[in-house]
Amino acid sequence: MSEYLLCLFLFCIGLYCVLRKRNIIKIIIGLGIIEYAVNLFFVLVGYRIHGRAPILAKEQKILNMVDPLPQALVLTAIVIGLAVTALIVAIAIRIYEKYGTFDITKIRRLRG
Amino acid sequence: MILPFFVIIPLACAFLISLLGKLNKRISDIFANLGTFTLLILSLSAIRYQLFAKVIVYRVGGWPPPIGISMVLDGLSSFILMSVNLVSFLVCLYSVSYMNKYTDKYRFHSLFMLMLAGMNGVIVTGDLFNLFVFLEIASISSYALVAFGTEAEELEASFKYAIMGSVASSFILLGIALLYSYTSTLNMADMGSVLLSRGNSLLVNFISVLFLMGFGLKAALVPFHAWLPDAHPSAPASISAMLSGVLIKVLGVYALMRIYFNILGINNIILSIFMFLGAASMLVGVILALGQWDFKRLLAYHSISQIGYIILGIGLGSPLGILAGLFHLFNHSIFKSLLFLNSGAVAYRLGTRDLQDMGGLKERMPTTANTNLVASLSIAGIPPFNGFFSKFLIIVACIQSRQIIYGICAVIASILTLASFMKVQKYAFFGKLNKKWQDIKEVPGIMQLSMVVLAVLCLVSALLITPLFKPYLESAVNVLLLGRGYNKAVFGALK
Repeated sequence: MSEYLLCLFLFCIGLYCVLRKRNIIKIIIGLGIIEYAVNLFFVLVGYRIHGRAPILAKEQKILNMVDPLPQALVLTAIVIGLAVTALIVAIAIRIYEKYGTFDITKIRRLRG
Repeated sequence: MILPFFVIIPLACAFLISLLGKLNKRISDIFANLGTFTLLILSLSAIRYQLFAKVIVYRVGGWPPPIGISMVLDGLSSFILMSVNLVSFLVCLYSVSYMNKYTDKYRFHSLFMLMLAGMNGVIVTGDLFNLFVFLEIASISSYALVAFGTEAEELEASFKYAIMGSVASSFILLGIALLYSYTSTLNMADMGSVLLSRGNSLLVNFISVLFLMGFGLKAALVPFHAWLPDAHPSAPASISAMLSGVLIKVLGVYALMRIYFNILGINNIILSIFMFLGAASMLVGVILALGQWDFKRLLAYHSISQIGYIILGIGLGSPLGILAGLFHLFNHSIFKSLLFLNSGAVAYRLGTRDLQDMGGLKERMPTTANTNLVASLSIAGIPPFNGFFSKFLIIVACIQSRQIIYGICAVIASILTLASFMKVQKYAFFGKLNKKWQDIKEVPGIMQLSMVVLAVLCLVSALLITPLFKPYLESAVNVLLLGRGYNKAVFGALK
């Protein structure tokens, strides 16, 4: 149970970071923390104590195995997260070129 | 089997365009237009398939569901596929000329096809995690497309959109993880039946709140709407037409409908939340739109307001309400993309989006002015055009379900919409011609063609409610009314 609560705690740290920080690089890091928290939670869902990998071999019986599906899904989610982070970092670099600052309160040309 | 081609064709086009686009300027135009045209033909033939055999299921890789990934075509998917592919074909035609003012046109087409692949994937998939993957494909390419001009404002809008969109995606993924741990399946039909047999629990309520946050942000419902008025105007006009016309509906409204009606099961609390959010979006969107002087920003606020109508209609939960909501969804994708294409045409010749700077453009750009008049009348709900019928049906459905207050809200929002579009007509197209624009010309022929086709569709799609075409609309409504019977429909089609 405590593992799940820690995941939730990590998620909240990430959310706080996205909502409250003024530096856009820190916001991107906060986004990364949120993604890790969700991925960690997803892996934990499929975990069993003393479980082993479900590899089917001759003359072996697997009694207690870890659910492999969440691991495969998390692998996909990590790749998606990588793509998002790469894109946002690229945009952040361009923003720095245009505005000369990373401070989100000074990047305000859109209003209304 | 036509189902996988809805994803394969745009993906292959995106790949080929990014590979060969550098060689010749024309290649990317040809590939993109051929691709979207084929998709339009395919979605037309999907209607025929779907009318014969109510539900079609395709097994990806030959694995039978619920173990393998499946793709499902039913009334609702075929209806939404039709509106997406129709709009994307016309927008792609328009961008042949329009995108010439940008460099690296082939990258634009490549991203455009990738976004289309994501949207078509979301519509046809029958697997919840697969839906998430396609949703992210469509979202990531739309973040990149918003920043396509790489000016300061565009980058800022794209950054805002990307951060909010990614947080929403994380909420959706968390919801999927919880749902998987509760039902130990990912197939949407199977999930629905497992949840039905387990009964309602606190966890399911928590999951529905997570999905409401995630997909509500993608659909720009009112408390989650802050990114839309920045992101949609900043994109190139053809992309604004795609984003406002179809993307928010596929990623937001369609996913919400599919998940709440067919998987989690609908109840009165969720319906009343939908109705409240719909009415709030409707009023807030239109009131914020009244004060705008930037043409595209005004249209973006109207997108929020019109999404409110759709959600209100669906939230009524009665057959007539859902029918009206889906009908409005189709109509809105037509007239809103036309309005954004008009704003692009004005910006193409004038280089400005400020309404106060325009004036009297009717003399110089007659096609743009007339098509814009048609679209404005449709969105404001003036009788012969499609917007009137769907709005009228929504109001009738409100009265029928004894939600008089929401009906009055819909009427007020409609009047304010009319006022706001009278402003657009007065300042941009009627009145005296501004001296600066003495020698401007009408936009190139191919842009005019796609605008005229959309304007004609504004009139023709009102026929969708006539008895001849109504069964098509009703087959989409029936999928939602079926609720968790979706499971039987999907697994019945496999036998």
